[in-house]
Amino acid sequence: MHDAHATAHAEHEHIVPDGLQVLIWISLMLLTLITAGASILFPGRVGIGVAMVVTPLKAALILMFFMHLKYEKPVFRWMFLTAMAILAVVMGLTFFDYSHR
Amino acid sequence: MNTQAATATGHVVHRDPVGAKTGMWLFLFTEVLLFGGLFVVYAVYRQMHTADFHEAAYELNRYMGVANTFVLLTSSLTMVLAVGALQRGQAGRSLRWLGATFALAAVFLVVKYFEWSAKYSHHIFPGQEYLKELPHGQDLFYNLYFMMTGLHGIHVVIGMIVMAVVFAKIRSGAVRAGRHGMLEYTGLYWHLVDLVWVFLLPLFYLTA
Repeated sequence: MHDAHATAHAEHEHIVPDGLQVLIWISLMLLTLITAGASILFPGRVGIGVAMVVTPLKAALILMFFMHLKYEKPVFRWMFLTAMAILAVVMGLTFFDYSHR
Repeated sequence: MNTQAATATGHVVHRDPVGAKTGMWLFLFTEVLLFGGLFVVYAVYRQMHTADFHEAAYELNRYMGVANTFVLLTSSLTMVLAVGALQRGQAGRSLRWLGATFALAAVFLVVKYFEWSAKYSHHIFPGQEYLKELPHGQDLFYNLYFMMTGLHGIHVVIGMIVMAVVFAKIRSGAVRAGRHGMLEYTGLYWHLVDLVWVFLLPLFYLTA
């Protein structure tokens, strides 16, 4: 999304069409079914693998559409990525610590 | 950016919607890091006690977990529909969607109540002697389960209280089209509660 586009929306706020949000909701429900189905039918590696791919995808749909990040100024997405980076660093350091004890 | 609106009395009201939204997101980041810390604890203990986590997770009812995911995802949809309706100036419609969101939040807690009651009747509850007799990893799993879903449940209750306040403010007209920030930020909070649950589902119910 371009800056100019986002700026224009800051003044004339963007209303996401209801139909699109319903589509996002259907996608989220289907993705949940896929994760649950995979974990029941293929417990173990496959089930975990599916969950590890699908769960972040669900999170992205919620953030971008329900939480509007796709339509906000880029600074909001950068702020979010910064928070995620902090979490990743904390997680990385913790695991580094535990794996070298 | 600042927007200035002249009221009927000629009084100039200063508002800063972008600043307000930035503040709301900053608060949400503190929430992400709060739950994130618990996810780190979960990850480390799961690494150390993989077999115990696997064994303990069998006790959880995955169908209830999935059902509650459907409930929360649907409540997120009704929340965005409430915001959209108010943005278009349809206050009545917005109130109905907000009411639906509140009701779905209550359904989530009722399902949670039955889940926890079942665990309690099996003496699986923090502080129970029975837990201490289990392998250490299982004890850790159940305690993390109650801590994380409990903290999440508290967030659901707070969300319901805030929804009730916003509901009253939409009815009184204090929150309306063009002044719908309070509903919008309540929505952001509610979606974050949904987002946390999206991660709790696979970690505890599906793939442990």
